[in-house]
Amino acid sequence: MKYLDEFHDPDLARRLLDEIRSTVTQPWAMMEVCGGQTHTIIRNGIDQLLPDGVEMIHGPGCPVCVTPLEMIDRALAIAARPDVIFCSFGDMIRVPGSAKDLFGVKSEGGDIRVVYSPLDAVAIARDNPDKQVVFFGIGFETTAPANAMTVYLAKKENLRNFSMLVSHVLVPPAISAIMDSPDRRVQAFLAAGHVCAVMGMREYVPLVGKYQVPIVVTGFEPLDVLEGIRRTLTQLEQGRAELDNAYPRAVSMDGNVPAQHMVLDVFTTTDRAWRGIGMIPASGWRLSDRYADFDAENRFDVAGIQTEESPLCRSGEVLQGLIKPQECEAFGTACTPRSPLGAPMVSSEGACAAYHAFRRLDSPATVGG
Amino acid sequence: MRSAGSTARPPWVAERGPSGDDALLSPNVSALEGWTCPLPLRDSRTVLLGHGAGGRLSADLVEHLFAPAFGSDPSALGDSAVVEVGPARVAMTTDSFVVRPRWFPGGNIGALAVNGSVNDLAMVGAHPLYLTAGFIVEEGLEVDELGRITEALGAAAAEAGVRVVAGDTKVVDRGHGDGLFINTSGVGLVPDGVDIGPTKARSGDAVLVSGPIGLHGVAVLSVRDGLEFGTEILSDCQPVNGLVADLVAAGIDVHVLRDPTRGGVAAALNEIAASSRVGVRIVERDIPVPDDVRAACGFLGLDPLVVANEGKLIAFVPAEQADQALAVLQANPRGIGATRIGMVVDEHPGVVVASTGIGGTRVVDLPLGEQLPRIC
Repeated sequence: MKYLDEFHDPDLARRLLDEIRSTVTQPWAMMEVCGGQTHTIIRNGIDQLLPDGVEMIHGPGCPVCVTPLEMIDRALAIAARPDVIFCSFGDMIRVPGSAKDLFGVKSEGGDIRVVYSPLDAVAIARDNPDKQVVFFGIGFETTAPANAMTVYLAKKENLRNFSMLVSHVLVPPAISAIMDSPDRRVQAFLAAGHVCAVMGMREYVPLVGKYQVPIVVTGFEPLDVLEGIRRTLTQLEQGRAELDNAYPRAVSMDGNVPAQHMVLDVFTTTDRAWRGIGMIPASGWRLSDRYADFDAENRFDVAGIQTEESPLCRSGEVLQGLIKPQECEAFGTACTPRSPLGAPMVSSEGACAAYHAFRRLDSPATVGG
Repeated sequence: MRSAGSTARPPWVAERGPSGDDALLSPNVSALEGWTCPLPLRDSRTVLLGHGAGGRLSADLVEHLFAPAFGSDPSALGDSAVVEVGPARVAMTTDSFVVRPRWFPGGNIGALAVNGSVNDLAMVGAHPLYLTAGFIVEEGLEVDELGRITEALGAAAAEAGVRVVAGDTKVVDRGHGDGLFINTSGVGLVPDGVDIGPTKARSGDAVLVSGPIGLHGVAVLSVRDGLEFGTEILSDCQPVNGLVADLVAAGIDVHVLRDPTRGGVAAALNEIAASSRVGVRIVERDIPVPDDVRAACGFLGLDPLVVANEGKLIAFVPAEQADQALAVLQANPRGIGATRIGMVVDEHPGVVVASTGIGGTRVVDLPLGEQLPRIC
């Protein structure tokens, strides 16, 4: 299939892996920030194909996973209201809050709708003027333009029965937080290609300078990821720390400027808690004051819902590569994919969930990452 | 059952049978005095959609709730039960159909209701003979549509070579059903010498699939509210009893058959690996995934291995008969795309492992519940 098969070619993969093997002379630990890349690594077994000593640390880049518990509890409270149609991306539906998930609310009578595009939620609001329609606006910079466009349209159409529960997060502050951690093991980053397709690469320039860390913008198909890893290892071996673009077919230095204008009109920077990590200053977006009327947190008065995460969960350390998932006492006991405590066990590509699946094999030693 | 143990049991336990296509063997009704829900309550106090999706939640419901209530052995469950009636070995199955929308590219709920039960019977090697059809209709459904669906059901039965010999109609108040639900139950006869079941996979067996996968699930998703996307994919809804009859007639010593419906190939292989206590290795590049299915799964974030099929079978056959079995399947128009996708191994019993396209490996897990579009 055009534009897909080219990036799955086994011969090219083998050639890239040979190059990687001939490049590496010592152990290195790099983080792929984006959950989509983690997914590619796990789905294709890339971590097992890398030379010994090259460690992929699965970063906090799955927006579903890092949405804080209290935000999910707020979503559950809104979704349970009889006057509400609650719309969400599909995989947010099964992410557990402190007592249940949106599936549970649905089974108890909540009107929960899975939408593929946030604009569908606006259509639902138009079609149901007697209902409050709420969209759960989550994600990194990637989903932000469509979410922003949704709120923009709702305001333009004066759709008073539409609002958005916003829990947007941003990549660069997360990279800073990881690099500022005194125990950090990460020596380089694969930056998320789709985030950069929207935002461009400029905001990574100061990060490379400040932390002297290689950052390679990387795509999502298996060959994209292998190429990102190859370029990163080359920099590390040569002692360089530069911003590099291994995904030029989608990413430019400036990014998608009209999309940025839309996003920065609708959203404004805010402090944001990340599930499993905690509060990171200026690491998220909320609706800007111009669009505050469309903020579901105000409309439904749920800002008071505060939830503590399980003290058993050590996902913050897992996400920084400080411990392996199975070193956490709750792993496989109090915390499993069907009753997860922390972010990396929630999504199938989370580090803990991936280990949980592989743990059932006889030789867990073959599992990298 | 309803008179015994009255307090903690959810009301729907006594009123409905197993909701899926899992037949329950040895239907002894156990004493339900003091019975409490054995499902782990921390998961959910209420039944979730995922409990009907053919994945791990469904398996939990059967294992911990239905099987104990009926005194059945959950490890021996297949697509159909085989019971002895006099000298005959009779296969029995029941299946309910709630597909939405009722009409989808390549099929409809009527044809599905026939093929679902026919295929379940075929999965124990039976010749399907008779079906019953129960209609639960929501007040307000157009009689014309009911007529067209019933005609489709009759035509599908004729095509599969079975007769619909009993039926039932119930009408529920508007708002208390979703237009139309259909239940079909089927019986068939298992020929002498045929011994096919989920526990019979053996190390070295070849794993075959009778054609391209993922078509039904993607076809239905493509017309779902809120997810509509343009595609030319048609559901593979069709009977596969002819394929099974061909394999048996050719003298293939078929060990296991499974129709990979809800939960797809991943669920089918995991269930067989668990029931037979063997490992299964599959080669991703050998799995026939049509380009359109791969593209749709790509943007919906689904794994084609977990997408439902309604006209395919997975066969475990001795390795030395694999080529012959493939030739038999490919000679039938319903099995033209048959392919060998893997083998049974001694290692990692109960686990399905795939060799990936670029030469790595991954565990193919049993899907948890509903398959949902991912966003990243």
